[in-house]
Amino acid sequence: MTLDLTQFHDAFFEESFEALDSMEAALLKLDLGAPDAELINTIFRVAHSIKGGSATFGFSEIASFTHSLETLLDELRANRLQVTQQMSDLLLKSVDAMRDMLRAVQVKQPIDAQKVASLQAEAEALLAQRDAAAAGSAAKAPVAGSVTSPTAEVPAKSASSGDVSPAQGSGSPAGAPAARVWKIGFRPYPELFARGNDPLRMLRELNELGTLEVEAHFEALPSFTDLDTQNCYLAWTLQLSGNVAEEAIREVFDWAEGDCDLDITEVAPAAPAEDLTNYDLIAEFDAMMSADAAPKYEAVKATAPEPVVVSTPAPSPAPAEKSKSEVSAASGIGDSGSIRVSVEKIDELMNTVGELVITQSMLSQLGRNLEGGASEQFRLGLAELERNMRELQDSVMRVRMLPISFVFSRFPRMVRDLAQRLGKQIEFTMTGEQTELDKTVLEKIGDPLVHLIRNSVDHGIEKPDVRVGKGKSANGHLKLDACHRGGNICVEVSDDGGGMDPVRIIAKARARGLIGPNELITDDQAVELIFAPGFSTAEQTTDVSGRGVGLDVVRRNVKELGGSIEVKNTPGSGARFIITLPLTLAIVDGQSIAVGKQSYIVPLISIIESLQIKQGALNRVAGRGEVFTFRGDYVPVIRLHELFGVEPRARALDEGLIVIVEGDGRRVGLFVDDLLGQQQVVIKSLETNYGHIDGVSGATILGDGSVALILDLPGIIRRAGAGARVN
Amino acid sequence: MNAVVSTDPSSDAEQFLTFVLGGEEYGVTILQVQGIQGWDRVTPIPNTPDFILGVINLRGAIVPIVDLRRRFGMPAAEFGPTTVVIVVRVAQENRNERTLGLVVDAVSEVCNVNAADKKPAPDFGSHIKTDFVKGLATVDKRMVILLDIDRLVSEGLLGSMTTH
Repeated sequence: MTLDLTQFHDAFFEESFEALDSMEAALLKLDLGAPDAELINTIFRVAHSIKGGSATFGFSEIASFTHSLETLLDELRANRLQVTQQMSDLLLKSVDAMRDMLRAVQVKQPIDAQKVASLQAEAEALLAQRDAAAAGSAAKAPVAGSVTSPTAEVPAKSASSGDVSPAQGSGSPAGAPAARVWKIGFRPYPELFARGNDPLRMLRELNELGTLEVEAHFEALPSFTDLDTQNCYLAWTLQLSGNVAEEAIREVFDWAEGDCDLDITEVAPAAPAEDLTNYDLIAEFDAMMSADAAPKYEAVKATAPEPVVVSTPAPSPAPAEKSKSEVSAASGIGDSGSIRVSVEKIDELMNTVGELVITQSMLSQLGRNLEGGASEQFRLGLAELERNMRELQDSVMRVRMLPISFVFSRFPRMVRDLAQRLGKQIEFTMTGEQTELDKTVLEKIGDPLVHLIRNSVDHGIEKPDVRVGKGKSANGHLKLDACHRGGNICVEVSDDGGGMDPVRIIAKARARGLIGPNELITDDQAVELIFAPGFSTAEQTTDVSGRGVGLDVVRRNVKELGGSIEVKNTPGSGARFIITLPLTLAIVDGQSIAVGKQSYIVPLISIIESLQIKQGALNRVAGRGEVFTFRGDYVPVIRLHELFGVEPRARALDEGLIVIVEGDGRRVGLFVDDLLGQQQVVIKSLETNYGHIDGVSGATILGDGSVALILDLPGIIRRAGAGARVN
Repeated sequence: MNAVVSTDPSSDAEQFLTFVLGGEEYGVTILQVQGIQGWDRVTPIPNTPDFILGVINLRGAIVPIVDLRRRFGMPAAEFGPTTVVIVVRVAQENRNERTLGLVVDAVSEVCNVNAADKKPAPDFGSHIKTDFVKGLATVDKRMVILLDIDRLVSEGLLGSMTTH
């Protein structure tokens, strides 16, 4: 078979990385002591599928590593090993190691063998411990017919380097392995290969379980000319003898389920009715059989030595369905509910829709001026078009929306690692992970959140003894919450730690020269200081945080996304950081303003009020800067025509309008000729073909096809060097 | 991409689009030309060099327009009916291709220039910058100045463009 496997590599990597993510998530959810069997199964499945995949593709290092991991997991699954802190650490490290290995293989770099070997050794050490413990308990506990002597078992195990098959490890209760003979009818469907299954590999795996006799059926093989190399034409009848449970056999065919006809029949159960394993099997059948099959079940029990036939999935829909959906969720195969689309395609779609919106508004403007017979119908049609356009635009926008869990998912691990390193106990909860927001916003919100969470873990939440001393629970609580609020998304990071001490902040700010030695500020203003560049109150600089580049970067990043950050501090009992972000960066609600012949767009969110003022209402400062009184504050006036060098229609204040805007926490009055109208505009980048321009955040295309610039108010305020601080 | 140029791959002729600017004839490699369109209103951008006339909407993209006369320090001319915008694509180090429009007095023709007919630009001393002149060519006994647009852009043609 000369099927080029490399074409499946990308899919394998992608699926494996996803699977590792889910494995990591499951590991983090795992309770020490009382692990959820379903979670362990999930973890096991991931290891198993990666092992299978990497063996198929010939990534032997990964396959061998995952094999030892699988051995360990199998022990966990069988409850022969307890989930300890050490164990979950090891498993998490293994996830990292597998990721590294996959990445290395992906870029065809050598694998860090040393790291892998040390992890593998650690896994084996744990296994050896288990054996020692099991042997110990076996010696103490009067387990009926318990097996091998501890002295013989332990050294043998530690020498045999983790290659412990579960069957060997557990031993059969009877003391002697009961040889069972299974007859397996394996008839793959032609498309088996296309689903990434390799029958050869399965046979090899079966061979490891026991003695395998193989009989191949060539009947379906077409003539050479009709042969399609991508199809599987062969079928097999296999006879497997050895102490093998049916589950073990089924597991081999796990991934082929649904792609083949499988009959597993026990031919001659060697052990008589008292064989315990056989009873287990019968109990299992009990669960699988439907009520109307009950009499038959009685018969089976009575005639236990008779061959027991279990045919695969179709006859037992309920349990099969469940396992099938799990399989497809883990492997990503056959999940027809979603498709993968490259971001470029979506962006293209967005652009085209943007163009359509412009064309549509161009038509609407034309339609308004039409006269005559059919003009009314034309306008009706246009209204319809407009409505459909809006829906289309919304749908395309929704395509770009992703749940915030894409960002959130990395935090449990991060918090856990940090807390461990800092010797803190933290209960981390996340809510609203399904809140959706635009992909571009999503990509940029990660770093600010990392900063905030690190800050909370490092500075916010106290060490357990300190907490207990303060009368709090030893476990600190850290919460991450996301929700929609209006057209915005709110992300909140809150902790029940020590909060921030305004006195310390002020002292620190004085020492850093951020405020004058005699300057008096309120507690709220003090808390605002933590966003100042170069400010950090950590007692000592750690590698977690405390380099003084933190919150100012957070605020800047959030600002760049058009959002805001707010802090609510309760000294002694915690702090809350609330980030508010727009749902999308592609469209903005804008107010068109006119200056001379030009029109500009001001983001509606930054406009506070528009008003006309009298000539005499202006005061001059130092003969140059103009200010006027607005609600008790002196607000500077920026004449946009001067700043942008355009010829205005209005120079006298009472001929134009003042638009009060806010940006970067400062307020100014923009003097413009006129307000034109409000509209949603699609933001186009000026930087694609030109570059950054101070005071302009982008451009948009208006209904008549002309270009209007979108104002960047913080930039304008900076440029003009003006602005009244907003308190 | 080469399909446009070398209908005859064995010849080393290169095709240039030539245009007139203040009575002089210039040429740009036709591979970089995306289109030619009539002069239309532009949206001025504040605080940019005077040779940046503004931006236009070119099929949904925002494209800056450069007045080559002003760029070369020639006296400004009234835009007439022959005034056109040549839309070119410019490759740049470390970033994606950019599209920009060059305003010229008139477009003349597309001509083949053999490598043998291409002469290096003479040195005019320091007062005339010839960095963005790729060479001089003789076409039908006329002299055509071959422009290196990539160079023109990277040499700060678009002023603030390089700041980002």
